[in-house]
Amino acid sequence: MSSQDIPEEKHLPSEQGDAHHGGVTVADDPFADPGLPVHKPRIQDIDERAAKRSERTVAMLFTLSMLATIGFIASYVTFPVDKIVYIFPIGKVSALNFALGLTLGTALFCIGAGAVHWARTLMSDVEVADERHEIAAPPELKAKVMQDFADGAQESGIARRPLIRNTMLGALSMLPLSALMIMRDLGPLPEKKLRKTVWSRGKLLINDNTNEPLRPEDVLVGSLTFARPEGLEEDQHDFQTQIAKAALMIVRIKPEDIKDKQELEWSHEGIVAYSKICTHVGCPISLYEQQTHHVLCPCHQSTFDLSDGARVIFGPAGHALPQLRIGVNGEGFLEALGDFDEPVGPAFWERG
Amino acid sequence: MSTATDTKRPAPSKGERVADWADGRLGIYSLAKSNMRKIFPDHWSFMLGEICLYSFIIIILTGVYLTLFFHPSMNEVVYHGSYVPMQGVQMSEAFASTLDISFDVRGGLLIRQIHHWAALIFVAAMLVHMMRVFFTGAFRKPREVNWIFGFLLLVLGMFTGFTGYSLPDDLLSGTGVRFMEGAILSVPIVGTYLSFFLFGGEFPGGDFVARFYSIHILLLPGIMMGLLVAHLILVFYHKHTQFAGPGKTNNNVVGMPLLPVYMAKAGGFFFLVFGVIAAIAAIASINPIWALGPYRPDHVSTGAQPDWYMGFSEGLIRAMPGWEINLWGHTLVLGVFIPLVIFPLVLATIAVYPFIESWVTGDKREHHILDRPRNVPTRTAFGVAWLTWYVILLIAGGNDMFAQYFHLSINNITWFARVGFFVGPVIAFIITKRICLGLQRRDRDKVLHGRETGIIKRLPHGEFVEVHEPLTQGQLHKLTAHEQYKPVEIGPTVDENGVERKVGRMEKLRAKLSKGYYAGDNQIPKPTVEEYKEIQSGHGHH
Amino acid sequence: MKKLSARRRHPLAAVVVLLLALAATGGLYAAFAPAGKAQADETAQSLAIEEGKKLYAVGCASCHGTGGQGSTDGPSLVGVGSAAVDFQVSTGRMPAQQPGVQVPKKPVIYDQAQIDQLAAYIASLGAGPAVPTEKQYDPAGANIARGGELFRNNCAQCHNFTGEGGALTNGKYAPNLEGVEPKHIYEAMLTGPQNMPSFPDSTMPTKEKKDIIAYLQHVNGDKSTSPGGLKLGGLGPVSEGLFGWIFGLGALIAVAVWVAAHTAKAKKS
Repeated sequence: MSSQDIPEEKHLPSEQGDAHHGGVTVADDPFADPGLPVHKPRIQDIDERAAKRSERTVAMLFTLSMLATIGFIASYVTFPVDKIVYIFPIGKVSALNFALGLTLGTALFCIGAGAVHWARTLMSDVEVADERHEIAAPPELKAKVMQDFADGAQESGIARRPLIRNTMLGALSMLPLSALMIMRDLGPLPEKKLRKTVWSRGKLLINDNTNEPLRPEDVLVGSLTFARPEGLEEDQHDFQTQIAKAALMIVRIKPEDIKDKQELEWSHEGIVAYSKICTHVGCPISLYEQQTHHVLCPCHQSTFDLSDGARVIFGPAGHALPQLRIGVNGEGFLEALGDFDEPVGPAFWERG
Repeated sequence: MSTATDTKRPAPSKGERVADWADGRLGIYSLAKSNMRKIFPDHWSFMLGEICLYSFIIIILTGVYLTLFFHPSMNEVVYHGSYVPMQGVQMSEAFASTLDISFDVRGGLLIRQIHHWAALIFVAAMLVHMMRVFFTGAFRKPREVNWIFGFLLLVLGMFTGFTGYSLPDDLLSGTGVRFMEGAILSVPIVGTYLSFFLFGGEFPGGDFVARFYSIHILLLPGIMMGLLVAHLILVFYHKHTQFAGPGKTNNNVVGMPLLPVYMAKAGGFFFLVFGVIAAIAAIASINPIWALGPYRPDHVSTGAQPDWYMGFSEGLIRAMPGWEINLWGHTLVLGVFIPLVIFPLVLATIAVYPFIESWVTGDKREHHILDRPRNVPTRTAFGVAWLTWYVILLIAGGNDMFAQYFHLSINNITWFARVGFFVGPVIAFIITKRICLGLQRRDRDKVLHGRETGIIKRLPHGEFVEVHEPLTQGQLHKLTAHEQYKPVEIGPTVDENGVERKVGRMEKLRAKLSKGYYAGDNQIPKPTVEEYKEIQSGHGHH
Repeated sequence: MKKLSARRRHPLAAVVVLLLALAATGGLYAAFAPAGKAQADETAQSLAIEEGKKLYAVGCASCHGTGGQGSTDGPSLVGVGSAAVDFQVSTGRMPAQQPGVQVPKKPVIYDQAQIDQLAAYIASLGAGPAVPTEKQYDPAGANIARGGELFRNNCAQCHNFTGEGGALTNGKYAPNLEGVEPKHIYEAMLTGPQNMPSFPDSTMPTKEKKDIIAYLQHVNGDKSTSPGGLKLGGLGPVSEGLFGWIFGLGALIAVAVWVAAHTAKAKKS
């Protein structure tokens, strides 16, 4: 036990109280530690036949493991990689995966089970006590170390020559700046990139399903359509990055049901185009309930009311979905009347 | 070669010669002297750490295999492999190579599934292992440093898991990465810069899979490996803790030697763990990325969840109301940023507890005998409160699943989590403490009156009594071996010379906490020898 | 003419008239068969509408109003079309048992003929999407991979990656699509039942709908497979996590208990 108790720690249980922990049995203390119980033998210790049985069990487990490994190799060679079999009650599964997994599992498990059975039944189960030694060093050792350290420090002269010490600390603390510096090219600066999408005035709304431009008469009340800007193709190198901001969700609401004035103005006869990217953390939000005009995000359940400027009515999103102003061009196709007038997707410090 | 003296001894065996060679260079004999017959106590809960260790090894073995086939690239390709519903679909090379591992590499699917199942089990086992250490007080001196190592392993394990989950670039993991990007963007002032540096520009860009790959297979596992070795060295150095019992004291460790018993048991257990996980990978599908499809930032599926160990952070973000403040042209995204701050706080709460407890008790002694959780009601109640907190957040993180399968409203579950976040831990604390005290009372009765046998005896004068069987000395010792602290007193604020002593705020807080731990009703006094003798003699008079 | 009229009472006159009439009918039939059939069908149609109206009055009018104009308990059915009726009634959703946030699927109570009559009646109230023909919804030969992409873009957000269903706001839900007939999936996309938005032919043509049906049958039908083993509901990490905790860690702890337990001692030494 540590002897460095601070005098005021009187609330600690006294050393006296658990004196019997040390094995000093107070003759009439009924709670005293009786010491390790006497070892009782197992059947295997006294009956050689039982021990033999254990031995055979262990050997059988190891043999089973060998057979399972052979089974693994056989399955690997036999089953085609695309073979599907019906296994009750699991279902239609890959024969190869099932066979390899079970044979490998058996091969491993039997080695383990054999070793543990061996240890449990045949190796000695006599419990032994090992003494512990206090970890903290004795005072003499500590004094020696402290003295060595003081000598070393003294010999280096670090305390006497502050100029060396200070410049060394300065050099060491500046060095990581180089490491920080070369991280600069991990990526470009944000600039205004999050504020812009590829939408611009006159770009047609391309139906994601058909790759054809949308006409107002295609969009019925209660329907849901997703659109992307004209000219953004899937094989383009920055498609993923652009669609992450430009994806559009198009619904048609009866103009008399639209509560928000600006929403109605920016719509075309009740056809409204909202950003598909949630303003919370950017999931494609599109669980549109056509009777309530609510749209729910499947990731964190932010709920927006598309009939009321897409304002947030539930969940962790902080602001409404941005709306894209749309109209119809001379040929009767839906077109954007500009870019979103606020950044789409999750909010960020510079958003304002 | 041989001298006269040598001929008296039999020539050394081949093995001995190898050992001699090694000893001359590595000093293995002195290493073996202290470790070969090292004693380990037997208890199933002491093997939880081994489950972690072995699943970590399994993850590394299978992970190395997967790197042989996985292409950490976001270059877009058109798939022409053998999985029909993806043929002709545009996807990243990362996703395509994961499809190949699953459908074209023989055994690839099995290794993938072992890797992923082992990862889930690894983190789960770490959490359970940590709670075992917590509830039994095994974190006390001299093991605080090892507690911190273990805690760091848990946190790193979570992030290694998360980066691995993101690698296949499937629709589910991409959604998770998108969430991460949104969370980073919410950081005031530097958020957008951090995001642009991490993703090499705007989300998703073409870099994150390759970057996450090196973090997942090199950086984080490398740090974990170092911590793991340190953790194990300290376990060896400190020797294992044990529960109180006959012959088991604070100065010894009772059990069986490493060679041969624990060599066989622990070594065998590795194969058992590997075998069980391989069998699970044979019968249960995990992360079927072919059903999820490749990531596209404008596609999504309902039920988008992280793996379970990130579930509590998902719960935090789902339960949070959407607060957002716009001031002077800047946006403070509290709805995302607050959960981002609480996330490490939830973890830190449990991590710092040992230091708070040792400050309150002021106990500077080494502790090698484990506590029974009931004997430390405040700590146990705190641990259960923390777990309640964690589980409520997990429920909030799966609110859509609970809504769907229990026919509940998603909005109600979210509200339940919002209230439960604050109320749940408090209720859990109070209830747990009561239960602990009740169990302490029962132990006390058991010591004083013996075990209830269930045998009813009729006394000559007609009274019925239940026969109590007195406990053996070993049992009595086990139930009374724990220590009980007394609360700290602030002491006189005026010393003998009449000079007023300043009582610091921290000191007052400590006294208050100590009172909450140990004063009055907060622990049941354990029976004394006198009480025991009095009652026993009383029994004799019956 | 006089001769003819003089002989009109001749005993054979009736026979002659009959023959002439038969010949004329046959000739007319040969000449105008399709038109004639249309006429006959129109009669059948109006009969069906009549029958449907009767069924409607008994089973539907209490909520949807006597003329299908709707009431506080049910929406107007004018213009919903026969596809909507066929979907709602032949999946058992209608007639609804009780009002609630969402009307669930139930055993069907009408036979197909009655459903057709009801559909005919509702279609007669206003033009709307018609019941699709098998040629429209039969997924044979459709592009599964394209269907998968369309499904992930248009459907998965509510119905999950493989159509296992999902939760919506305030207790509403998108149902599991396992085992739903292609016809009903087609009708649902066409008409947008309850809170589901519609995907009309103008924005999602028949071919795309077929692709989606083909994909769905491939991943969540009788023949769909789960190569990795148990599907665990197809729900992703939540069910995987539960399985990992209960069966993974559970099994390992059971094994640990065995490894650490002391071996039974011999009774008598």
